[in-house]
Amino acid sequence: MMNNKNFSKILVHIAARWTLIFLALEVIFFSVFGTNYFSLRNLQNILLASTTVALLATGETFVIITGGIDLSVGFMVGFSGVICAKVMVTLQAAGASQAVAISSGILAALLLGLVPGLVNGLLVAKLRVPPFIATFGMLGIAYGFAEIISNNVPIMGLPTSVGSIGHGYLIYWLPGKIFAFLQKPENLTRLELQNLVSIIPNVTVITAIVIGIFAFILARTKFGQHTYAIGGSMDAAERAGINVKRHLIKVYMISSFFASLAGVTYVLRFITGRAPAGSARLLDAVVAVVIGGASLYGGTGTILGTVIGVLIIGALEIGLVNLAIPTYNLYIAVGCILIFAVLVDQFFPELVRKE
Amino acid sequence: MEPLLEVKNITKRFGGLTAVDNMDMEVFPGEVVGLLGDNGAGKSTLIKVISGVYHADAGTIFFEGKEVRIDNPMHALRIGIETLYQDLALAENLNVYANIFLGREKLKRFLGLINVLDHDYMLNESKKVLDRLEIEVPSLKNQIRTLSGGQRQAVAISRSIYWNAKFLIMDEPTAALGVAEQKNVLDLVKTLSSQGVPVIIISHQLHDVFSVATKLVIMRRGKKVAERITKDTTTDEIVGLIVGSLPGDYGDVNDGAKETAQVGKETGSVDEGQEGKQ
Repeated sequence: MMNNKNFSKILVHIAARWTLIFLALEVIFFSVFGTNYFSLRNLQNILLASTTVALLATGETFVIITGGIDLSVGFMVGFSGVICAKVMVTLQAAGASQAVAISSGILAALLLGLVPGLVNGLLVAKLRVPPFIATFGMLGIAYGFAEIISNNVPIMGLPTSVGSIGHGYLIYWLPGKIFAFLQKPENLTRLELQNLVSIIPNVTVITAIVIGIFAFILARTKFGQHTYAIGGSMDAAERAGINVKRHLIKVYMISSFFASLAGVTYVLRFITGRAPAGSARLLDAVVAVVIGGASLYGGTGTILGTVIGVLIIGALEIGLVNLAIPTYNLYIAVGCILIFAVLVDQFFPELVRKE
Repeated sequence: MEPLLEVKNITKRFGGLTAVDNMDMEVFPGEVVGLLGDNGAGKSTLIKVISGVYHADAGTIFFEGKEVRIDNPMHALRIGIETLYQDLALAENLNVYANIFLGREKLKRFLGLINVLDHDYMLNESKKVLDRLEIEVPSLKNQIRTLSGGQRQAVAISRSIYWNAKFLIMDEPTAALGVAEQKNVLDLVKTLSSQGVPVIIISHQLHDVFSVATKLVIMRRGKKVAERITKDTTTDEIVGLIVGSLPGDYGDVNDGAKETAQVGKETGSVDEGQEGKQ
């Protein structure tokens, strides 16, 4: 016979892991009611569809743990994507090889993408502008520049290899015959092509590696520890000798780095650069972080939690598509989840703040 | 015996307001000094000058016999001056040992590649210092937010002691504590002074100050008005000095205002000259 105290303890444990349970229920629901939802191809689709949100949310996790928020990341995707595409197209037109054009485009996007983060960080840390305002301003600025760079039209005509990277997979497997890495086997019959199993999209590999590195940084290193400390008490961090201003600048640069990487992966996947790309993903990213257990008041949150939050949204999105329910319902669902998660945080902080 | 800390002619102004006015004070090893005064008397400003939060407009600080210029709180920590503020400056979302090592985390090599936090080391070292100070907390892995006020205070003190504080400043250490916890903290102060670490205590609770302090320094309107050996004075006298119903030892506060303003100006220009040289 279980006594009451034990029972409530178990309840707290379950409640603290509600996201995992929710995700599992979601997958079960769509697997039962959808068609081919629980298949390798579809699960990989969830991962692919989650790329942008996963990247934005990982950067956003750092910012939210410090008690701030970065609203600029939505339009940062378009900003860096447009830079990436523009550089590729320009270099290709100038006669550069595909390898040079593509790597220069990616490099330029990632480097220039750090600038808005630097400015955000300077505004927040040095000039004490509220993060909401500083990054909201940057949202508009990034979008404006993206439109200028792209002349208001999507940038097309990218090097052809972009697609083979963006649409490529880590492993190609033809049962009994072929097992290849990265390189899609050529000269296959139509039947063989049908049976070819593609495992783990390249874009997902890149995304997972980068997120993994930053999850490690947040969980295990001094930098991560200081990020939590700043969110817990900026005063305490400062008095402990942590250079809070410099740290905050780095955190906003991490966020814009992730947004830029999201822009680059967008270009790889869709073979175009568009100014408004990813703008609707800002909401999803913030929601994923909050679902993942981060408090908008700062001090808590983990990348693992965030990734679960991302998957909840991704599984829902693909599930709605699978059931042929219009995706604008997703916005309503996600908005409700955000408000719900924040209410949980506000009224039951002990559920979210357990270590 | 030489004083461990000596402040001479310290003046700190905020615009037109002179928060600390030509202040002198000496603290000897093992001494517990009660710094007393009404709200706005300048106590907090003075300790912030000593702990590097503010720069004095004039005056000098000697620590361990040498003149020091304390640039920032980190510099104060490095030379061994630790300050515990009313809000304790702990990160509530981090656990006990993480707070003890905050800003000075012990790292180890991970796969020969990258430095990561050495949790085991920090946990064990924290245990040692808590044991030495006879402090009990439920678990060193608990977040600070789960601890009581007295336990938090104890964690903050352990942190300073672990980092070899030579000198401790405590701002209202017993405010917001239960009676039993107040006693624990005051006992801890006695332990510190018996181990040779001098402590400056700012507190409004005269009873507490009288029970631990060996010397009392009273401030009023930014000036030192008196200094007493605790066992040679009474609470009545001290209260009189704090509120101004008794005259100070150094003339009436208001009379000196004009003169010190002038001194402030002169030393101010000297100060600028020094900065120019740096």
